[in-house]
Amino acid sequence: MKQQNILSQVKNLTFREILYNNEVRAFFFQVATFLLIFGLFYTIIGNLFDNIEARGIHTGFSFLKNRAGFDILPFLGNYLQDYTPESSNLTVFYVGLINTLIVAFVGIIVTTFLGLFIGIARLSNNYLIAKLAGGYIELFRNIPVLLQIFFWYNIFINIFPHPKKSLSFFDVVFLNQRGLYLPKPILENGFLLVIIAFVVGIILTVFMKRYFNKKHDETGVHTRTLGYSTLLILGLPAVFFLLLGSPLHFDFAVLGKFNLKGGMQVVPEFIALTFALSVYTATYIAEAIRSGIEAVDKGQKEAAAAIGLTQTQSLKLIVLPQALRVAIPPTINQYLNLTKNSSLATAIGYPELMSAFGGTVLNQVGQAVEILGMAMLVYLVISLCISFLLNVVNKRMAIPER
Amino acid sequence: METENNASNIIEISELNKWYGDFHALKNINMNVKEGEIIVVCGPSGSGKSTLIRCVNFLEKFQEGNIVVAGIELTDDAQKIRKIRSEVAMVFQHFNLFPHLSIVDNLTLAPIWVHNETKEEAREKALKFLERVDIREQAEKYPNQLSGGQQQRVAIARSLCTSPKIMLFDEPTSALDPEMISEVLDVMVELAKEGITMICVTHEMGFARKMANRIIFMDEGQIVEENDPINFFKNPESDRLQLFLSQILTHDE
Amino acid sequence: MAVNELQSTRKPPISQIGAILWLRTNLFSSWTNGLLTLASLYLLYIAIPPLLDWMFLSANFNFGTVNILGFDIKFSEVMANNDNCGREAACWPFIYEKFYMFTYGFYPREEVWRPDVFYGLTALLIVIVRLVRNYKYKNRVILTMIVAYPIVSYVLIAGGFGLLPVVQTHLWGGLLLTLIIASVGIVVSFPIGVVLALGRQSDLRVIKLFSTIFIEFIRAVPLITILFMASFVLPLFLESGTNFDKLLRALIAIALFQAAYFAEVVRGGLQAIPKGQYEAADAIGLSYFKKNALIILPQALKISIPNIVGSSISLFKDTTLVLIIGLLDMLAMVNMTSQDIHWLGRETEGYVTVTIVFWVILYSMSRYSRKLEIRFNTENEN
Repeated sequence: MKQQNILSQVKNLTFREILYNNEVRAFFFQVATFLLIFGLFYTIIGNLFDNIEARGIHTGFSFLKNRAGFDILPFLGNYLQDYTPESSNLTVFYVGLINTLIVAFVGIIVTTFLGLFIGIARLSNNYLIAKLAGGYIELFRNIPVLLQIFFWYNIFINIFPHPKKSLSFFDVVFLNQRGLYLPKPILENGFLLVIIAFVVGIILTVFMKRYFNKKHDETGVHTRTLGYSTLLILGLPAVFFLLLGSPLHFDFAVLGKFNLKGGMQVVPEFIALTFALSVYTATYIAEAIRSGIEAVDKGQKEAAAAIGLTQTQSLKLIVLPQALRVAIPPTINQYLNLTKNSSLATAIGYPELMSAFGGTVLNQVGQAVEILGMAMLVYLVISLCISFLLNVVNKRMAIPER
Repeated sequence: METENNASNIIEISELNKWYGDFHALKNINMNVKEGEIIVVCGPSGSGKSTLIRCVNFLEKFQEGNIVVAGIELTDDAQKIRKIRSEVAMVFQHFNLFPHLSIVDNLTLAPIWVHNETKEEAREKALKFLERVDIREQAEKYPNQLSGGQQQRVAIARSLCTSPKIMLFDEPTSALDPEMISEVLDVMVELAKEGITMICVTHEMGFARKMANRIIFMDEGQIVEENDPINFFKNPESDRLQLFLSQILTHDE
Repeated sequence: MAVNELQSTRKPPISQIGAILWLRTNLFSSWTNGLLTLASLYLLYIAIPPLLDWMFLSANFNFGTVNILGFDIKFSEVMANNDNCGREAACWPFIYEKFYMFTYGFYPREEVWRPDVFYGLTALLIVIVRLVRNYKYKNRVILTMIVAYPIVSYVLIAGGFGLLPVVQTHLWGGLLLTLIIASVGIVVSFPIGVVLALGRQSDLRVIKLFSTIFIEFIRAVPLITILFMASFVLPLFLESGTNFDKLLRALIAIALFQAAYFAEVVRGGLQAIPKGQYEAADAIGLSYFKKNALIILPQALKISIPNIVGSSISLFKDTTLVLIIGLLDMLAMVNMTSQDIHWLGRETEGYVTVTIVFWVILYSMSRYSRKLEIRFNTENEN
């Protein structure tokens, strides 16, 4: 359409007028930029292929099928993919991906609790607690996260005892230089039913809450549902668990002569990485929560008190809904940052996506464009998902304005 | 206008003193309000008028003195405070409507969660009060979609939903654009005519002249003078009141 | 009708003021608060004294004889070495010995006056920015300095141009390298970021599309992937045979990365400007470039300054990532120096030192940023 307008306008103009016409200018400017950028890409990509040919670097994705040929630090990724040096490079990719996701998952949970705690402490009317929380934020925000990762890794390596003298917590959990040893869960046949019971418990709780809400609307009687919810969500699976003869065993780590045998090993690299990332990101989340709570006008709390709501009711019905609207978007952003920062694991040898795939495989195979491209694609997808989530959350929580 | 001696005191304040840190904000306040009285409190800014009425529903704590509201003594007891707050309603200068709830939900909140009414009852009552303040058609909208005058009328309706015996107004029209002041004052006049006890902190002297049983003048934390409206304006006795009146009345008229 | 006599102003009742009240309201206002206070005090008790002990009280300060500003100060008979330095507390002689490497990397000692001048210039820049606040031409002064600073610094440190002997980039290290990467990163990425922000706001769809894609792509991926890309792939983009300096690759990566983040900050500023400003500028007939240069950008940038400083702080923190591609910044120096066979196992001292240096620099920057924010808020209110 625009084209037609330009053409019909231009037909009636002199050359000079054409030169100065804004629409014409815009059009040509864009065409010029387009050509410039494409020209740039063309030269660059051309050079790229020439150089690749000259240096004998392969192209394409066939390297993914090749044998990896190296060891990866044993952790969840290995376990889930049954990794051995005979596995393909593609398997390395999956191992790295799983390890990244697990850092993100655990990290997000830990940092949310930590950030919530610090954020609320920051607003406490207890002078000491508020100052300590403030000090925590100022301290850990102003140290580069890579440095924090090294620091904690160094401390853990030095402090954790030799395997012979492993620290034991009730002989169930052990801690030494090689890592944290948790009991390895071995699932047997009936366990699936227990999981189904758990899900059923959740569904039943949702229906129960709806029923009680309706009852409250109709009769004004408010029932505390916390007890019933806990009973359903935890009790139901527990009952099934017992009925089916406890279909869950643990392989406990046992302290042998030189080392621990069995159990599930959580390597110190993972502990250091997740710990450092959580501590660092928690400072930003604490600030987000603080700004959320401070964003609620003082008058809101006064009005809530004036109409007779208790502190808990005021918090649940008035303060939190408004505070969360402000606090949640930056918090979700921080989750994305934590996931991106997990790529720093390369520095301490934790085998996530960048260090195992983008590191070792890259060094062996040399096809940087393909490998880095794949890694970048993963982060792009994660980022897009989070942006999408943010958008949905923002739309649903928006307070209607004029 | 003589007040009836038989009508009981619904608010009794004696020897009230409040400090903000070292600052003596309220000095030896003694004040009794009879049921059904309309009191206007005025004075220069910083005189403690807002602080005084906020003590009545314990939004501000006081260090010395005694306040009895509807027969209940005001102390730092959570249950007593809640009881008093269900008899006393407050309308704020900045409305303080809950922006994340619709208008009608703003009104039904207290009845449902504090007085355990059913949703139907609460809603019916809410719509009735919205009708009374002439804003029924905005029921499903949200506070930020309304003008200042409309929001304040909703705030008044919200206070009425708890069937209060006493209504406190903390400069209800000070944050409004001039053309919206009268719509709110009209509602307040209607309420006053219905016999509810009202204490208003306001600069609207027209309202005071028309509706107040008593006008109290405060300055620097103490009650300087109080009188019925006619004598208050015609025969101010203290110097400070004379100064205050000369300042505000030349501005108005 | 009643007129009251003047009431006297009194002091509040005694138990309500003073230290006791303060303790009561702030630390012990309820049972839970009291418990929390005690718990915190206990936490401090088990954390702070051991730390102070490790860092100062039991630490080893046997530097031997040190010449400070021409005076010989004797700390101990002879400087400690790794064996007699003790393991339970800090061994500061290690830091003293490796101080040069932490500060200058492998820069040739006979040319060390050049980095020192660079440090001096940096300090001068900071002082001038703080002092020149009310000077009428301060914007021009600051702008000239910001443009001249990287050029002068480059000639100083790198040499060449027939003026000074060349010092190759692989010899630069430690704090010197960190500062260079940070300052070049900020100075180069900022104009690119402004252009990108304008591009993203543009009405021309092609420009807007490219800008948006670039910005969103960079912001979605971790810096390390960009650094790797620059490190491995960038040389392949050029004619074969061109030698691509390692530091230059890292600088390009960081500049492009930071440009995307600056672009979002500036875009925030652009969106905060009322539409009326754009309309007024158009109404008086300004061209696109004049409009932006004279009216829009000055306002947008002013609003964004606190966020720009905040973003620069992030950049400073991100410079540590270059260690992963083999550049020897201050953090890399810790790892490197503790591999010295004469000083094995001293990483903790290294990390503590580098932590302190980074923290002081970053904390000062964030304090400055907060001061700016307050200043701009009060200016806007007036």
